[in-house]
Amino acid sequence: MTWPNVGIALSFRQTVISLTLGWLALMVVAPHALVLMTSVMTPNSEHLAVWPLTFDGYLKVMQPIYFDVFFQSLWLSGVATLFCLLIGYPFAYVLAKQPPWLRTVLLVLMMLPFWTNSLIRTYAMKLILGKKGIINTALVGSGIIEKPITMLYTEFAVIVGLVYILLPFMVLPLMASFEKLSNELVEASRDLGANGVQRFFTILLPLTAPGIVAGCLIVFLPAMGMFYVADLLGGAKNLLLGNVIKNQFLVVRDWPFGSAFSITLIVMMAGLLWVYALANRFVQRQGGLDDENL
Amino acid sequence: MTDNNVLLSLRNIIKRFGPQDVLSEFSLDIYDGEFFTILGPSGCGKTTVLRLIAGFEDADDGKIMLDGQDIAGISAERRPVNTVFQSYALFPHMNVADNVGYGLRMAGVAKADIKQRVSEALAVVELKGFELRKPHQLSGGQKQRVAIARAIVMKPKVLLLDESLSALDHKLRQQMQMELKQIQRQLGITFVYVTHDQEEALSMSDRVLVMNHGQAQQIGSPREIYEAPRNMFVASFIGEINVFDATVVSETAELTYQVDINGVAKTAHAEFRLEPGEAVHVLLRPEDLRIEYIEDQPSDEQGFLGKVLERSYTGKTLDSLIELDCGKQLRSSEFFNEDDPSFDYRINQRVWVSWIDGWEHVVKAGELS
Repeated sequence: MTWPNVGIALSFRQTVISLTLGWLALMVVAPHALVLMTSVMTPNSEHLAVWPLTFDGYLKVMQPIYFDVFFQSLWLSGVATLFCLLIGYPFAYVLAKQPPWLRTVLLVLMMLPFWTNSLIRTYAMKLILGKKGIINTALVGSGIIEKPITMLYTEFAVIVGLVYILLPFMVLPLMASFEKLSNELVEASRDLGANGVQRFFTILLPLTAPGIVAGCLIVFLPAMGMFYVADLLGGAKNLLLGNVIKNQFLVVRDWPFGSAFSITLIVMMAGLLWVYALANRFVQRQGGLDDENL
Repeated sequence: MTDNNVLLSLRNIIKRFGPQDVLSEFSLDIYDGEFFTILGPSGCGKTTVLRLIAGFEDADDGKIMLDGQDIAGISAERRPVNTVFQSYALFPHMNVADNVGYGLRMAGVAKADIKQRVSEALAVVELKGFELRKPHQLSGGQKQRVAIARAIVMKPKVLLLDESLSALDHKLRQQMQMELKQIQRQLGITFVYVTHDQEEALSMSDRVLVMNHGQAQQIGSPREIYEAPRNMFVASFIGEINVFDATVVSETAELTYQVDINGVAKTAHAEFRLEPGEAVHVLLRPEDLRIEYIEDQPSDEQGFLGKVLERSYTGKTLDSLIELDCGKQLRSSEFFNEDDPSFDYRINQRVWVSWIDGWEHVVKAGELS
């Protein structure tokens, strides 16, 4: 390669990099900077937010009433994550065992509903769970129950909605973990006399732990913010942190408080991710769960 | 070493993957305490035999007897057989001691006993002091040793090794061959080793089974396999060999025949009856050919004339490629001797080729299996 070519290649690379960086600055950094700025402004009914600088928004976040929302949110997201794991783990295991073509087909089938807007799918869920929904109509019609069961506008409905929407995000990292796990390791443990239960707890579970943690994070973090699921399936209550934020912006119109809440949520999520990274590094140093050894 | 007590016996095994027979009517006896090697090209069914013994695959038909007991119904985890896997399959999240003690833990052996036995097994493979290392901190050879220790600590009746040395570099592989042999002798465990490497098979084994297309081609000691291959497949798979096409002329003595090779009359000793006019192959290993300078050609012996195409010095031997006047190419390998430590050939030098009567090996033509 001659020098002029290198020059062209370099400038091409620089163009691509600066375009990417520009896009990120415009679409990620700028909005967050705006939210951060708004969070330290004073609420104003006419202009939404005005100076002077104040930390009132953050002080409001500390109010006990929001602690309740916080724990409620943790609880709902946690239960939804647990069910995603319980359903997603065997699902991912079976998926990873299939020949590549079948795996692709099954994955596409799993992703197919996600080409529909999740809001619309949540509405559909409402039709299924409602008093006159498919489930109740079928149960009453077949005489199994006399009166329809109240499912809609309960925590149960919110959890069902969250699990439905977030399940694929659990399955994908788990499947990656299972794919990396060589079948020879499972055969080796069989060869050494481990029965099914022993194989699960000594080989499968520890070696898919990174996938479990990654899947749980990817499900748990967004679950806390999915206000429309809680709104549509849980009734107009402040069930999730996302509902509180949405209400501050759209109903109460206290933008600084909404922004402060958003920033708090972001910091919390970043904290969780940081803990995950630390744990991951610790596991790698301990067990060498790097690609080379799996 | 081989006291001829059959320990493991496969009887008329049929194994299909899809419509294809990987093994058809396959039978095999392995003696107690021997180092038995299954040798063959990839896809010949040798790994399937190993997996059938281990219990990872079930035969479609036939019997597998271990110590007189049919083990077909016994699952892999309960067979007194252990495997050293090709990729070692060490558990990456456990240290060396936990890897080696895994099988004992699964069996519920007392902690103190586990410690004792793990330590003994690590001593056998010379890895004492590596207990707390993780697999990713070990070299290929060390991983190999851990894999062996993990299997022998279970005191299996049969130890199965699946191409276990193939991932190591040449020098380490040779060293591990010696050590494997030593470990086997020391523990007295029956080893069944699977490989496609003929050198490995010859150097380690008490007996070798050569396989192709799911069928046994020959079973015998390394010497028998090398010096008296039963058919052309075995002859050409094990080492290098020169093949002369010959026609039987007449029987000159019991099982001794005069044969015609391209107009040259030679004597050939066979292990079976031949009829005049029958086509046979006369086989000669490169080191069994006798090459003379053309001026030293003996007058009382029939031989072939040719010229040297290539010669290469390997240190121990002088290897050459010789083209006979009929166009046939031969490989020869000559050891240097004390009389003439500096002998050599020029390219295109004329030579005379023959062999010492009786060093040839005869197989029937058309038996390439």
